[in-house]
Amino acid sequence: MIRFDDVTISYPDSPPVLSHASFIIPDGDLVVVVGRTGTGKSTLLGAINGLVPHFTGGTLSGDVVVNGRSTRDHRPRDLADVVGYVGQNPLAGFVTDRVEDEIAYGMEQLGLPPVTMRKRVEETLDLMNIADLRRRPLLDLSGGQQQRVAIAAVLAAQPRVLVLDEPTSALDPTAAQDVLAAITTLVHDVGLTVVLAEHRLERVMQAADQVLWLPGDGSAELGPAREVLARADVTPPLVELSRTFGWPQVPLSVREARRHVTTEGIVLDPPHPEPTRERGRTALQIEKLGVRYGDVLAVNDVTCDFASGEITALMGRNGAGKSSLMWALQGATASSGTISVTTGSTSEDPREVTAGRARQLVSLVPQSAADLLYLHTVEGECAQSDRETESSGGTTAAILTRLGADLDPQRHPRDLSEGQRLALVLAIQLAASPGVVLLDEPTRGLDYAMKAALRTILTELAASGTCVIVSTHDVEFAAQATTRTVVLADGDIVADGTTREVCTSSPAFAPQVAKIFHPLPVLTVAEAARGLR
Amino acid sequence: MTRQVARVERPIVEAPAPTSHTRLVGRTTHPWGWWGWALGAAVAVSLTRNLLLLTLVVAAVVWVVLARRTAAPWARSVGAYFTLALMVIGVRMFFQLTVGGLREGTVLFTLPEVQLPAWAAGISLGGPVTLEAVLFTISDAGRLAAMLICVGAANALANPRRALRAVPPALYELSVAVVIALSVAPQLIESGVRVRRARRLRGGASRGWRAVTAVVIPVFEDAIDRSLLLAAGMESRGYGRTHDQRRVGRGTSVMLMGALMCVTLGTFILLGVPGSGRWGALALGGGVVATVVGLRRSGRRLAVTRYRPDPWGWPEAVVLGCGATAIAIAGWLAHTQPNAMLPPISPAAWPTLHPAMIVLALVVAIPAVATPLPPRDER
Repeated sequence: MIRFDDVTISYPDSPPVLSHASFIIPDGDLVVVVGRTGTGKSTLLGAINGLVPHFTGGTLSGDVVVNGRSTRDHRPRDLADVVGYVGQNPLAGFVTDRVEDEIAYGMEQLGLPPVTMRKRVEETLDLMNIADLRRRPLLDLSGGQQQRVAIAAVLAAQPRVLVLDEPTSALDPTAAQDVLAAITTLVHDVGLTVVLAEHRLERVMQAADQVLWLPGDGSAELGPAREVLARADVTPPLVELSRTFGWPQVPLSVREARRHVTTEGIVLDPPHPEPTRERGRTALQIEKLGVRYGDVLAVNDVTCDFASGEITALMGRNGAGKSSLMWALQGATASSGTISVTTGSTSEDPREVTAGRARQLVSLVPQSAADLLYLHTVEGECAQSDRETESSGGTTAAILTRLGADLDPQRHPRDLSEGQRLALVLAIQLAASPGVVLLDEPTRGLDYAMKAALRTILTELAASGTCVIVSTHDVEFAAQATTRTVVLADGDIVADGTTREVCTSSPAFAPQVAKIFHPLPVLTVAEAARGLR
Repeated sequence: MTRQVARVERPIVEAPAPTSHTRLVGRTTHPWGWWGWALGAAVAVSLTRNLLLLTLVVAAVVWVVLARRTAAPWARSVGAYFTLALMVIGVRMFFQLTVGGLREGTVLFTLPEVQLPAWAAGISLGGPVTLEAVLFTISDAGRLAAMLICVGAANALANPRRALRAVPPALYELSVAVVIALSVAPQLIESGVRVRRARRLRGGASRGWRAVTAVVIPVFEDAIDRSLLLAAGMESRGYGRTHDQRRVGRGTSVMLMGALMCVTLGTFILLGVPGSGRWGALALGGGVVATVVGLRRSGRRLAVTRYRPDPWGWPEAVVLGCGATAIAIAGWLAHTQPNAMLPPISPAAWPTLHPAMIVLALVVAIPAVATPLPPRDER
């Protein structure tokens, strides 16, 4: 179906992204592209429908043939009826403003007769289970709905191949399930070939027939999921578990792993309950904190306190009020109720002090971290940050090095990878040495190694007495990095307790290891290894 | 044996509970129908300075808007056009009172007069204010104001996106560009707000030029990123795929050019050269026909199709017909009753109301009852 024949893709002034890669993706397979950040997953996906190099520039040697058509002499638009391509941010790719029109758009471009279009729109709406959204404006849809509409919009042209770039990484676990269910339906019932890249491998690996691994040296390795994952440098929890325990085969799903545990008779000691450490002094206290936008109630009179040295995960579905709460805690969004941040013996409200003082009290790394950057070089950003915080020259750069990010000072912040950019923004925000650090959805776009690095950074911050609050959809990250979990729903706090209690008590928030060893409250692979008899 | 069966007069069928995707009765009238009607009304009022006729037509237009507008954001724009119209009258009145031109006739009151020095061309400010001058200004500015309100009515009634969807294929690329521009503007505002909010997180201490670049640069970078993503999305979904210049006949662009020149020339002759109306009409008519043919021919280069195009039925024909009839009546009135349509400036007199004027206003008001109601969820 898809044939890469000795393909080399390179951009000027950098080593080739792919070099002499040859593989064949057979008809009807679901192939997951894995690899660390910056190894060229998106480039490879773009090469399938010819966006690389027709649209992005660069040079491609060799040949990519899809369904008998070579991208050498077919532009992406000529492949629209063979390959459906959905980019990372579906909202940015929408051309019209209504669900129904968006689905019809591709067919209009192909010049299909109106009668055919009408019929196909109805079929596609049913296939993706979005018939009730047909007249809704695209902007009003939730993330999972937008993703399903984007898939529907390319499906209407009836392509044989579907290419998806990180379809679930921005979604909460439930919405991700919805999208994934829709994708597996397409593979199993419609017989489409699906190629998708995903950082959160634990979400999609159970559905994968084959895995295409990009080790980062320009090669590409395609093979059965178990075999490739056993070697690959991306380690979702199941892979980590099977490596640690020395299992002969990588289990692809929780079910497989549970069966393996039962048949092998693996028994764990229950994890030691955490030594009830004395809770640090209260660093941040909120009482009846409410946020509303017009008549929308985002946060409903929340009362809570956070101790210094504590890492708290803030979880909940998209739109539950997590971001609003974070912005309100920083004082950057108007809110009602009281906020008091304690430093030493004084308590201050970040809403009532200057912005400069507020960031010394509470520092927020927002979801779109790049919004904070506006200079042309990393060096310039660091120097500006030192001036802003009136700290001695080189402070920010020193923090950046301590965070383990060795960045070229002359690089443009826009050219950094997701993880490097996050490190830069974090360094800038830490330069003010705040007592409370808030991170909004920091693991988006980070690979497993980067997440481990972030975890270490957060642990160090907490050890030095900082109060850290992380809002995240990533239950695996929350389970490994945090000690306390607060769950928000509909603007209210619905659960608050140790991460172990909250995450093992509900399947929606349970990490995979906890599901495997249920009913033991084991959260991480390391804990499981310690408990092995 | 027979059983007694309770019979009901009429079978009772439960109406299905409406859900968010239930299709409701009603439809919106074709946007180009509304534009034709509104422009017809605007042309009609442009031929008169009769305050009574102006008031009647504006009342008719407003009634149609109130009866047939939807709940969409642009439907509220008619208020803004009213404000604009009042401002036009106000500004004209201010200049008439201060600088003025008309000083003869019935003096209402006298403003203190200031003679500007010679270097200001010796203009005198203030002076006597006459009834004639006030009436003339109100009616002359009122004509422009009424035209503005007609355009505002079209804006309020016609969905701009649907209007752009229904352009001839020859203008397809242009309409796509406008549609994208329409969606970029709110996105720019949104990312501007987001970045400004993010500024505070860094202390927001920078002032002056640095503060401007700190907001503008991320917003622009964001906009460029988004446009690239949109372009990639359009490309991979087949935009421009059916483009084939060979299907367009030779000389089409020369023909279009000539046609547009004919239209311009015809309009110029009609409006500017008195007594040669026939030649002007001929050039204008020929130009319009040639433009339509040329657009059709050059539209062949794209073979895109339309999903559920807005239907053009009898309500649209009626709406457009009302616009055309309004022009015809106004033209006939201007020809036969010049004094009623353009009352002499002096002496000041109550404007005359010709029966045909009432007919004109009624014709403009017909769409308020002759068009279908929009669906309930859009009202």
